Amino acid sequence: MKRATAAEVVTRGDDDTGLPWVRSWNGVYLIVIISFILWVTLLVALTDFFS
Amino acid sequence: MSALDFVVLIGSMLAIAIYGIWRTRGRRELNIYLKGDGKTAWFAIGLSVMATQASAITFLSTPGQGYLGGLGFVQIYFGLPIALVIIAAVFLPIFRRLNVYTAYEFLGSRFDSKTRLLGASLFLIQRGLGAGLTIYAPSIVLATVFGWSLDLTIISSGLVAIIYTVMGGSGAVTVTQKYQMAVIFGGMVTAFCLLLAKLPAGLTFTDTLTLAGGFQKLDAVNFSANVHERYTFWSGLLGGTFLMLAYFGTDQSQVQRYLSGASLREGRLGLMFNAVCKIPMQFFILLLGVLIFVFYQFEQPPLFFNANLSQYLAEHRSDPQLHAYEIDFNQIHRQTNRQLENWLKARHGGDPSAAIAAFAEALDSHRKGEEIRAQAASTLSAVSSTSKANDADYVFITFILQQLPHGVIGLLVAAFFAAALSSKASELNALGSCTTVDFYRQIIRRDATDTHCVIVSKWFTAFWGLVAIGFALYAHLVENLIQAVNILGSIFYGVMLGLFVVAFFIRRVGGTAVFWSALLSQALIFFLYFNLTISYLWYPLIGCAACVLLSILLQTFLKRGAQLTWARYETSDYLFRPATLRIFPEAVFVF
Repeated sequence: MKRATAAEVVTRGDDDTGLPWVRSWNGVYLIVIISFILWVTLLVALTDFFS
Repeated sequence: MSALDFVVLIGSMLAIAIYGIWRTRGRRELNIYLKGDGKTAWFAIGLSVMATQASAITFLSTPGQGYLGGLGFVQIYFGLPIALVIIAAVFLPIFRRLNVYTAYEFLGSRFDSKTRLLGASLFLIQRGLGAGLTIYAPSIVLATVFGWSLDLTIISSGLVAIIYTVMGGSGAVTVTQKYQMAVIFGGMVTAFCLLLAKLPAGLTFTDTLTLAGGFQKLDAVNFSANVHERYTFWSGLLGGTFLMLAYFGTDQSQVQRYLSGASLREGRLGLMFNAVCKIPMQFFILLLGVLIFVFYQFEQPPLFFNANLSQYLAEHRSDPQLHAYEIDFNQIHRQTNRQLENWLKARHGGDPSAAIAAFAEALDSHRKGEEIRAQAASTLSAVSSTSKANDADYVFITFILQQLPHGVIGLLVAAFFAAALSSKASELNALGSCTTVDFYRQIIRRDATDTHCVIVSKWFTAFWGLVAIGFALYAHLVENLIQAVNILGSIFYGVMLGLFVVAFFIRRVGGTAVFWSALLSQALIFFLYFNLTISYLWYPLIGCAACVLLSILLQTFLKRGAQLTWARYETSDYLFRPATLRIFPEAVFVF
């Protein structure tokens, strides 16, 4: 069975997000959570406004 | 369906299938067959993860859920962004570091063989049954479109999915899913735009939302703390996080998708793409159902959307009771229609009190219409065995066939098949991989060559396809497909997640403790499911918590500590390094 070594698997540019505006993964996660909060806020507003 | 519809349908499906088979022809290495060529970019991974979850059920049943229950179902996805962040930060680096084929291989290296087999077994049972439900969905479309027998369409669409998956493997799944998603999104956006255009003249978008809100169809978020309510903010956020964590983090059909990435970065970005897009996507699909509801307030809907029920009704018009139901329903609908037109006139004429009164009358008439529908369904259930199928799953396909122009019908039917094929291929491929890697190579032939394993994996894929077809033949008994899939997952996923949580975070627990804890927790979940009426979204949380707590408790009674046997992966201390688990450093240090 041919498996790549662990080193081969994890060293292909993993730390860099490759995104021009967010360099760290924590920044990416923060954006995801903010977008989630934004969506929930919009859904709450929709519920309150039309119910 | 017209000739144009058939050209669009057959043309788009054949093009995707042939492209997938051509791109992955002649692959004989197990590594490539199961995980792809390891060069997949983040966007393809993101679409592949999305396509695996978004089966035909999503596009067929979710609008029906929106039609009947409104937007509240969207809350089930509130845990998804949080779960995907945890998986990207914790699970994915570990899986990639260990370079595993299946998630359960990790359990074998962290604990022991029996725990690995238990995790794999839980996956196979749950996903094997779930695969039956995903075959059932496109069969509904076929049966409705062509008027064929449902059993015949289940068997034929199941066989097509088996042949497609066996010929292509994981690579074909990944390379074709982006095109399948393009067909799906194209179809859904077209349906959405046409639906807006078909709403009555004079009904603005604000009027549409006000009308839907008046019928409680826009209650998207419910902050009730009642655990018996199925979809609330809390059950979605807490229970949903565990459900999604288990689905995306421990279900091989998903793990296999993001392990095919060219690097950890590609896998992470693919997951983050889903974390951002999934809630808006589900919202728009549910909104589509809500708009169909509004549309049918001004257009006469059938007494039943379900093709079987409608056919039975048509064949038994001589039955005075059934005929009376239909007449009463149509009459009450015309009354609702008139009252809503009065509401619209009063609203636009600046007479709020008349508008409120007309809307209250319309609500009352609508309630009476639903009562007639329920009585008719109850009568039919008593006299016909084919009438148990749920009406909600037929709402969208009925709307498509009756209201949309030719060409678009073909596109949307192609979208259903694309969704069915993509999720089915992922599921069957994962089931075949797991059976080969975790059972066949572990128990039967440890020295099997790659070529042999690829052949065996194909046989197991076909086997699971046949199991799924068998289960699909009984899927008409379920309440609603999209809910049934999630209920099934909720029963098994909690314990599966518990196994991985213990593996990742609780160093001192060994294989024996976690194995017996998982079995006891699964028994507990079965007991609770059949004896409690709480929302199913809580079961993943309960199952996971029970497995973790029992493991810790049991380990204190066992003399031996954890047996870490990871030397062969050269990762002996990787999991417990704070850099790896910086999100949960407390957990690592506490235990």
